[in-house]
Amino acid sequence: MAVSGIKSRPVYPGLSPDPNARSNVVVCDVAGAEAVVELLTRADGAFARRTSIILSADGAGSEQAQALAKRLEPAGVEIASGLPAAISHLNAILDQASMGLRLYAAGSEPLIGSVVQAGLDHFIDHLSIRTEHRGSLKRRVQCVHCKGMTEDVTTNPVTCSHCGLLLLVRDHYSRRLAAFQGVCINAESPGERPEPNVEFP
Amino acid sequence: MTASFLRRVRVAEVEPVASRIKRFRLVSADGEPLSEFSGGSHVTVCMQAPDRLIRNPYSLMSCPSDTSSYQIGVLKVPDSRGGSEFMHENVSIGTELEISEPLNLFPPAKLARKHILVAGGIGITPFMSMMSELESVGADFELHYGVRSLAEGAFCKLLETRYGPRVHLYFQDKGQLVPLEQVLASQPLGTHVYVCGPKPMIDWALRSATLAGWPDENIHSEQFTAPPIGKPFVARLVRTGREVTVGGHQSILEALEQNGIDAPFLCRGGACGQCETAVTSCDGFIEHNDHYLTEAEKADGRKIMICVSRISGDAITLDL
Ligand SMILES: Cc1cc2nc3c(=O)[nH]c(=O)nc-3n(C[C@H](O)[C@H](O)[C@H](O)COP(=O)(O)OP(=O)(O)OC[C@H]3O[C@@H](n4cnc5c(N)ncnc54)[C@H](O)[C@@H]3O)c2cc1C
Ligand code: FES
Repeated sequence: MAVSGIKSRPVYPGLSPDPNARSNVVVCDVAGAEAVVELLTRADGAFARRTSIILSADGAGSEQAQALAKRLEPAGVEIASGLPAAISHLNAILDQASMGLRLYAAGSEPLIGSVVQAGLDHFIDHLSIRTEHRGSLKRRVQCVHCKGMTEDVTTNPVTCSHCGLLLLVRDHYSRRLAAFQGVCINAESPGERPEPNVEFP
Repeated sequence: MTASFLRRVRVAEVEPVASRIKRFRLVSADGEPLSEFSGGSHVTVCMQAPDRLIRNPYSLMSCPSDTSSYQIGVLKVPDSRGGSEFMHENVSIGTELEISEPLNLFPPAKLARKHILVAGGIGITPFMSMMSELESVGADFELHYGVRSLAEGAFCKLLETRYGPRVHLYFQDKGQLVPLEQVLASQPLGTHVYVCGPKPMIDWALRSATLAGWPDENIHSEQFTAPPIGKPFVARLVRTGREVTVGGHQSILEALEQNGIDAPFLCRGGACGQCETAVTSCDGFIEHNDHYLTEAEKADGRKIMICVSRISGDAITLDL
């Protein structure tokens, strides 16, 4: 896990089952699904039967996604094409939910951040969401100048996909936006363009 | 806390509100308005008994934005060291007292969608100000209030008049108990539960909420812990080189204060953490009575909350 001195940098303590929850809702991506498999092996079958998993398949082929879903049985698995579809499915579940539901998220930071954001929209305290970071370190970055979001950022600096400024990706994180802050790196000397490094592979 | 934070107040009204409960209205004695507070706050009331100074925390029941007076409700506790009895027997209209500034260790959660308040007996007091605050911001709440009987329950009628169907009363003498399992079973996501009352009730409510699958973040409680009695022992203070006897009916904090030694405190109820003191050594066992230290810290024995915890044994050496 990435370590940082900046306080707003979220921490992801890892998934653990809540044996008392009436229902468990897990959102994960392909890499995060491995953490969910481990979560299920740490709990009993009854826990798995009370658990619904939303798998954001992203680029994975349907065969790979199906194979993953099989490994997550007997939990119910819903395969979503990507993160936006997974989150809209989650929102539909949370709209109907009552207390006793426990929310989990496993995978990339943008996925965890989006789940926490959906939770906040439904009055769920972010500390009660059990999270585990797996796979890519890619980030969602908000340009502090044009407010545009750039998805799947792996390099630092990165070019804002909206206004084209070269942004230094900082560890300042907004839970409300589920995004890191990007600040223009060459405002003083626009001619200088430092080489982007792959910092979030 | 030091004396500079104390406010002088005068008792403007005393009303018996149940068989062993009195309501006191306190107004500023120096003309300056009292501070605003937040729902769920309490103040420490200092009472000058003939032989000693008693300091007990009491929850504020009035409307938090009302700076013209504060209200507290005090249950007379039998066989006690005398604070509640002093309030009942020695305090009347015109009596002057000193109180601390309000402190809130039991605030309603800001981001909650709904609030379930569960009170037992005198545990109703912090909810009185909390409900004023929730009502004023249009928050969704319901109160479940268990009392022994109508005669022993304070504010039953007032609450029903003020808050109507949001108030649910349960009378033990009629065999009614708070149906907590049902109450917790069907609440919307983002509901928070708060409980205040006797220790067994709090333990039961916390366990019920956890078993109903409620996250810890949504469960809140306040216990009216008073320092339990025990056998006398000696407290040795390494930094000041002094030695103080802690009487059987005294807390360590009270014994220090009686001997003119200042130690930090806020809640005097084992909840805030302010009085945490490092233990250098202990001839005996620490009886931890607080809700602040973790189980591991309690077992470790290197810290003690001197407002409520004591030892069974001869002496404890403290880093004070
Ligand atoms: C945050 C907080 C808020 C509070 N709010 C309120 C409130 O709104 N209203 C209210 O009424 N109280 C409230 N309390 C409790 C209050 O502060 C006192 O603890 C209570 O009034 C009893 O005080 P006391 O001096 O009469 O009794 P204490 O001597 O402090 O005794 C309390 C208990 O200790 C035991 N005990 C003590 N001495 C003896 C003895 N000699 N023999 C046998 N048993 C003994 C008794 O079981 C008794 O019930 C609050 C406490 C806290 C921590
Ligand atoms: S004064 Fe608050 S824990 Fe002791």
